[in-house]
Amino acid sequence: MSTMLASFLTLAAILFCIGLYGVLTKRSAVIVLLSIELMLNAVNLNLVAFSKYGVVPSLKGQVFSLFNIAIAAAEAAVGVAILIALYRNRGTANVDEYDDLRR
Amino acid sequence: METVFSQYAWAIPTIPLLAFLVLTALGRQIKGAASLLGLLSSLAALVLSVLVLTERWSPDAEVYSHSIDWVNLGEVTLRVGYELTNLNVLMLIVVTIVSTLVNLYAKGYMEGDDRQHVFFAYIALFTSSMLGLVVSPNLLQLYMFWELVGACSFLLIGFWYDRPAARAAAKKAFIVTRIGDVGLLIAILLLFWQMPDHSLDFSVIQTVFQSGDSLAQHGITAGIATWIASLIFIGAMGKSGQFPLHTWLPDAMEGPTPISALIHAATMVAAGVYLVARTFSIFHVSPTAMAIVAGIGGFTAIFAATIGLAQRDIKRILAYSTVSQLGYMMMALGLGAVTAGVFHLFTHAFFKALLFLGAGSVIHAVHTQDIFQMGGLGRKMKVTTWTFAIGAMALSGIPPFSGFWSKDAILAAAWEQDHKLLFVIGVLAAFFTAFYMARLFFVAFTGKPADDQIYQQAHESPSSMTIPLVVLAVLALIAGFVYTPFNGQFGIWLTGEPAEDHANVLVMIISVAAGVCGVLLGYVLYRPGQSQRVDKLEQAAAPLFRVLERKYYIDELYNWLIVRPLRVIGKGLDIIDRYVVDGLVRFISAFVDGWGRTSTRVQNGQLQTYGIVSLFGFVALVLLMLALGRGFW
Repeated sequence: MSTMLASFLTLAAILFCIGLYGVLTKRSAVIVLLSIELMLNAVNLNLVAFSKYGVVPSLKGQVFSLFNIAIAAAEAAVGVAILIALYRNRGTANVDEYDDLRR
Repeated sequence: METVFSQYAWAIPTIPLLAFLVLTALGRQIKGAASLLGLLSSLAALVLSVLVLTERWSPDAEVYSHSIDWVNLGEVTLRVGYELTNLNVLMLIVVTIVSTLVNLYAKGYMEGDDRQHVFFAYIALFTSSMLGLVVSPNLLQLYMFWELVGACSFLLIGFWYDRPAARAAAKKAFIVTRIGDVGLLIAILLLFWQMPDHSLDFSVIQTVFQSGDSLAQHGITAGIATWIASLIFIGAMGKSGQFPLHTWLPDAMEGPTPISALIHAATMVAAGVYLVARTFSIFHVSPTAMAIVAGIGGFTAIFAATIGLAQRDIKRILAYSTVSQLGYMMMALGLGAVTAGVFHLFTHAFFKALLFLGAGSVIHAVHTQDIFQMGGLGRKMKVTTWTFAIGAMALSGIPPFSGFWSKDAILAAAWEQDHKLLFVIGVLAAFFTAFYMARLFFVAFTGKPADDQIYQQAHESPSSMTIPLVVLAVLALIAGFVYTPFNGQFGIWLTGEPAEDHANVLVMIISVAAGVCGVLLGYVLYRPGQSQRVDKLEQAAAPLFRVLERKYYIDELYNWLIVRPLRVIGKGLDIIDRYVVDGLVRFISAFVDGWGRTSTRVQNGQLQTYGIVSLFGFVALVLLMLALGRGFW
């Protein structure tokens, strides 16, 4: 039982770390957005794993993960839309060239 | 008696002050008229002083005093005003006469100087402060003017501030007199503490210190009185160049010569003598203080006179002579002979101003101050030479010139008090004085020119310079008749006490003999064509001569004992300041600067960098929590 939970959690942690790595290091804004999706999915995996093998198993966790998927889809749509607008404006999709916070 | 003019006596110091303000504000514009303005202001003060004097002929003229409240401090009220006694009216006359003549003289002497207007402004300020000092009714006001004249002296000694020697002399004068001023300040504070109602008025001091009984009545012990008197005397020592604070006065000769005549011969340096005379009652109740005053005065008189024997610089000879004569005055005061001391102050002011102005006239003509480079000037500068001779004879105490009468009065006082040592010192100092004046005169004015080039350019000075010389020569000739053994009115007038009969034929003979012997010896040694004999004499007594020429190594001694240790301490403090205090400040600023620099590097606007920083921060927090062993919640 608990070995199943541990392997799910390990997988989720690896997935999260890959996502985090991508967010912090990749130059292309599209890859960064993709990496964020990875991190969200790591969370979803956690929720589902706990709802099945947790101390008090229930369906709530799976419901939450469905909500999460919907929100992630909305977020991806908004993020890509902003990215396209940015690309039109600046002529680049490289994250390291977006340094407006400095001004 | 009606007092018409006395009530306007406040104007005497105010007129020169106005002149100073006008000269400071408009000096640049009125350049040429600056000397005229200075002269007129002094002249106005002189006229007013004479008018005031006419109201005070009678010996029992009331003291005229007028003060207004200045500051109210609870129970204590500080007052300012003016007071006229016969003593300070006499001082008013001396100061205004000399100041007027010096203004006139300086017009010729300072001709062509770019900063003339500044010079005359300073003289006006000095005159004003000196007159204010003289009419002050209380010690506090006197102290303020006392510092003002010191500041003027500083400014005028350093008038040619592009000369390093003048700068050094100005600083030295200021610092050395300051040592004395601290003494005076402490004396004032002691008085303020001890006097009934904290009064510092001279009139109150006079009544409180009238006698031992009145002192005891006000709860002042004799010990305190001695302290106060001694501390006041320290102040007087600083201003009047008494040993051991005399070193600044000869150096002060770096200033323009009219200044040497006005400030460092006739008026400011006499302020110390005036102060002692003004607060004489304090000294009178303390035999110790009197002995100190007499002792220091007598020692200074002989000490400075011997230094004068070996100097080569015409102004320095006169400066040491001034120190010596001030010592005479102090000695007279210490002997209780106020009249004699003040009388010597009075005559000395005229003949010493005359001598300095004469020396200035010579320097103006030949541009050197070394008497051994002059020689034979008598043929080219008739007026200067004659007037200088009169001044020299007055200083040497040859009758009937004024110096004789006043010096005789002092010697007679020493004789009558049976003070053998001081009497002998006085006679010896008189002898030396006569000798060095004869030396100066014969070397500089007679004989063959020592330097043809210098002799060629010698010429008589313009009339604006010779007129003051003649006036002062007349005064040096007649001022002594104010108070001769045959009329003692002056003594009664000045101190209100019946003059003792000081016609002492024996003393007179001794005093004249000392003067004449000095002059004769000077003539024998330094008369024209005697240079070889002098050289031999100087070689024979070379070590002694060297000691005298180096002024007993007093300056060197002070340099090693006081100046250098202070410099070392100063250096040490400087290092502490530079490396410890400044170092700390620099470290703090460098730290903040470095911190700022590293944190700007983080703030680069790159979102990913921020993310990394946040990640590391989070990891650090987690590690910290684990290390503290507290778990996450």
